Amino acid sequence: MALIYVENKAYKVEDGQNLLAACLSLGFDIPYFCWHPAMHSVGACRQCAVKQFKDKHDARGKIVMSCMTAAVDGVRISIKDPEAHAFRAAVIEWLMLNHPHDCPVCDEGGECHLQDMTVMTGHTRRRYRSNKRTFRNQDLGPFVSHEMNRCIQCYRCVRFYRDYAGGRDLESFSLRNQVYFGRHESGILESEFSGNLVEICPTGVFTDKSLKQHYARKWDLMTAPSVCVHCGLGCNTIPGERYGTLRRIRNRYNGEVNGYFLCDRGRYGYLFVNSPDRLRQPLQRRSRNAAPEPVSVEAALAKVEKIFSGGGGVVGIGSPRAPLEANYALRRLSGPDRFIAGQSDVDLALSRVARQILSEGPARSCSISEAADADAVFVLGEDLSNFAPRLSLALMQSVRRQPLEGLEGIPLWQDAAVRIALQDQRGPLYLAMPAPTRLDAVATVAYQDSPSGIARLGFAVANRLDRNAPGPETLGRDADSLAAEIAAALVGAKRPLVISGAGLGSEAVMQAAANVARALAGRGQAPGLCLTLPEANSLGAALIGGGGLSRAVKAVETGEAATIVILENDLYRRAEPLLVERLLAAPRVIVLDHLLNPAVERADMALPAATFAESDGTLVSSEGRAQRFFKVMPPGEGVRESWRWIEAMALAAGALESPWGTIDNLIRDMAADIPALAPVGEAAPGEGFRLHGQKIARQPRGYSGRTAMNASVNVREPRPPGDPDSPLAFSMEGFQGRPPAPLIQRYWSPGWNSVQALNKFQDEVGGPLKGGDPGKRLINPAASGGSYSVQFPEPFVRPEGEWLIVPLYHIFGSEELSAFSPPVMELAPAAYVALAPDDAAGLGARAGSLVEVALPGGTLRLPVRLIDSLPEGTAGLPVYLPGLEGIVSPGEFARIRVMKQGQQGLT
Amino acid sequence: MISLLKGMWQVFLHTFRRRVTIQYPEHVDYLPPRWRGRIILSRDPDGEERCVACYLCAAACPVDCISLQATEDAHGRRYPASFRINFSRCIFCGYCEEACPTDAIQLTPDFEMCEYDRQNLVYEKEDLLISGPGKYHDYNFYRVAGISIGGKDKGEAERESPPIDPLGLLP
Repeated sequence: MALIYVENKAYKVEDGQNLLAACLSLGFDIPYFCWHPAMHSVGACRQCAVKQFKDKHDARGKIVMSCMTAAVDGVRISIKDPEAHAFRAAVIEWLMLNHPHDCPVCDEGGECHLQDMTVMTGHTRRRYRSNKRTFRNQDLGPFVSHEMNRCIQCYRCVRFYRDYAGGRDLESFSLRNQVYFGRHESGILESEFSGNLVEICPTGVFTDKSLKQHYARKWDLMTAPSVCVHCGLGCNTIPGERYGTLRRIRNRYNGEVNGYFLCDRGRYGYLFVNSPDRLRQPLQRRSRNAAPEPVSVEAALAKVEKIFSGGGGVVGIGSPRAPLEANYALRRLSGPDRFIAGQSDVDLALSRVARQILSEGPARSCSISEAADADAVFVLGEDLSNFAPRLSLALMQSVRRQPLEGLEGIPLWQDAAVRIALQDQRGPLYLAMPAPTRLDAVATVAYQDSPSGIARLGFAVANRLDRNAPGPETLGRDADSLAAEIAAALVGAKRPLVISGAGLGSEAVMQAAANVARALAGRGQAPGLCLTLPEANSLGAALIGGGGLSRAVKAVETGEAATIVILENDLYRRAEPLLVERLLAAPRVIVLDHLLNPAVERADMALPAATFAESDGTLVSSEGRAQRFFKVMPPGEGVRESWRWIEAMALAAGALESPWGTIDNLIRDMAADIPALAPVGEAAPGEGFRLHGQKIARQPRGYSGRTAMNASVNVREPRPPGDPDSPLAFSMEGFQGRPPAPLIQRYWSPGWNSVQALNKFQDEVGGPLKGGDPGKRLINPAASGGSYSVQFPEPFVRPEGEWLIVPLYHIFGSEELSAFSPPVMELAPAAYVALAPDDAAGLGARAGSLVEVALPGGTLRLPVRLIDSLPEGTAGLPVYLPGLEGIVSPGEFARIRVMKQGQQGLT
Repeated sequence: MISLLKGMWQVFLHTFRRRVTIQYPEHVDYLPPRWRGRIILSRDPDGEERCVACYLCAAACPVDCISLQATEDAHGRRYPASFRINFSRCIFCGYCEEACPTDAIQLTPDFEMCEYDRQNLVYEKEDLLISGPGKYHDYNFYRVAGISIGGKDKGEAERESPPIDPLGLLP
């Protein structure tokens, strides 16, 4: 603790901070631009000047930059000092000299840090009358707009993009008042974190291009706390709605999960909610061969009542992308015995294994922020940049931990000095993957091998750490020394971390990672373990349980069940088409989903299910953290939450005595029924929660157009829709202050309209939110710890003339829902098959030549992409890209032959 | 009795005063240009829409009776795709005009807009947009703003230097 004096009053602050951070934490308003809590100080903008005094008797003092001055014991400063105030006003006047006169057409307007700081410093009149310098803009791809004239040269963008996120194609050019931030030429930004520039930029240079398509100001957006549904990490988001459509996604700070940043799939995948392919009205088919016809909700409910009151068994196919509540409701309807987890056999097995490993322990599942703090990392078989992108951003920070610890005499917040001192020093990060990844650039060693080779490496590392751990005696010369090197690096670390997951579809790889973690724990270290899973609720689905798809086929074909209910699940992505056909041959098929997918088109009855933006629910991230998301907008007419549709079915079938009515009642039932989910209700306050007797307003104070937006339909204003499920209201009436952390619906504080208002929601800037970060961990390792998995695979031997299929994920294109978002799909590659150059040469194929890939699930015609260092005998197939859904199953073998010229290439 | 006669005397005297009441609608009185009546959307001197859909009028409106949606043409010029004022809620306070950074929205000296049906008081963009500049004849926002639109490139606004070349090597 240090004692600092602000305006002659003493305050206690944490050691090792700069004055700016300390004062902001204390609640003082000091204007700043270049400083960022995640990226610290460089002193580029000169805006945070304060006056520092030698001692009590010093009346003159000197002006210092608060971000560049340590908050050590006895520091005495004044923020209000007239000279310091005049200095800050002068600085912002200089920064504004060339700022264009375009706030009315700027997307940042209304949530602009530059606007806030200009008002805060009191610069209200422009005196400069000469010419302004101008720049040309660049086209930076489908995510980010560029308007360079607005730049105030704070350098935040390049510091985030290059130093923090490891990007290489954004740079500062030129000099003095002509400094330019952009690419060397127009082109798509390469980094998968480019969308964060929108929030990093204190003004409107980088703005959200998807928002521009349907622009609305921050004060007009109805917002609610939400959770990203585009991968298993569970990043917290704030979606915004206007006129019934979703307009954008902003980051919602969670100190233990995503911190300040999101990946581009999470930020731009939301457009599926507005997709023209949304199912917005129940569809019903008179007979199997008739075309589906739209019917009213009432008619659909009457039909549901008729179907389910007739008795007969029900098979319920759940979904790893639907919340716990919908899955549980379905489990109630079908009974635990006929409840199917709705994952492919591989994914189901892996999520069960992940659940088992994480609950047995001894290694604790690791949050993203803990991963960023790890000082030695070993990744087995996970292409994090594509599979769980936010975690790869954390690893880019983790490689700095060991070098930072060796740094003496430089405070850690002195960012430029620290980076110069560290140069290219990086701590241990070992990657083992079949194909190169974007993280390879920061890795100590990026090792390429087949999945079984990777698993063997993991087992060998565990064996080097603990001789009792099973492991192969030898791996071959290079790999043996690598295993020893990795073991030594992990032993030498204070916070070692092992990462694996479902990306390769190999259980052996996951078990190998678990063994490494166990061996480390056996040595008395406290290792972290991240097992990344493909979908937003994969681990939650594993906690609920449920059988495999073959169980469903059996129930349908033996006549045990006449009705099959498919919850938010495109089965064609989960299993080969033949198996799905057998399932859909059931007498009655009812599908609940958001989008028109092939399964919906085959259903006898398709019920429109609300998306994450229109429903409440709980998702369990791959860390095991249950997180609540809330409705951002009411579901449209015809659309209902999945659990409400299923509730009606369960009531008719007699599986439920009385309706739940609200999600709180459902959660209570679920917690009583499934012990593993007992604490789910603690993830967020229930519906009855009130602040000052009020619900929390989803609409900001400045929300406009209330009496005009519906006036074209009816001039009499409708009553705002009620919300029986949450303590938030679809109205601007209600509590507008700072709600508890799980209910934060927007960042705003008087004088702070931009996202930087977040400082006011934290106890200490950059620290946890006031009252603790949201989310409730459901899985904590048992004290006893599990035992070593003993089955390590044999070395990979390629059968003559066959190729082992290795799944390759793509951040843009491989995920189901974001594939309905146009900007995301603009960056998705076309389907291909990846071969090592030597293998391709052996086939007589070159890059781009068409080959026929014969898989057990079907035959594909694909162009060849050459990937260096892909292990011999393996063929990489991108998963879930359009044309490849459900066909690619990891671990299978394919035959490949080159097609003659003139034959049509078709996927 | 006396007070009654006093009153009648006053009435009699008023028959010789100048008349205040005018015979509306046969005779229409002069209303100053700053009269706060029916709201219009004006055009700039070049005949283009002035409104840039910044949402400030909607934010300023105390009865929230303005709603609009912004859009952009192919060259980056922003304009409202739709613009609606619910005059059955409007209190003619003029805050929208005060907030407007481009002089687009203006109140006019016209109050003759009664309807039998409230629904007819909902004005859409085609009802609001006039073909002239209204009260302010010269202002054109895009001539001073630093963004480029069709027909006006970077550096061509008032008090702007030509764009610099960031890859140039000269100091």
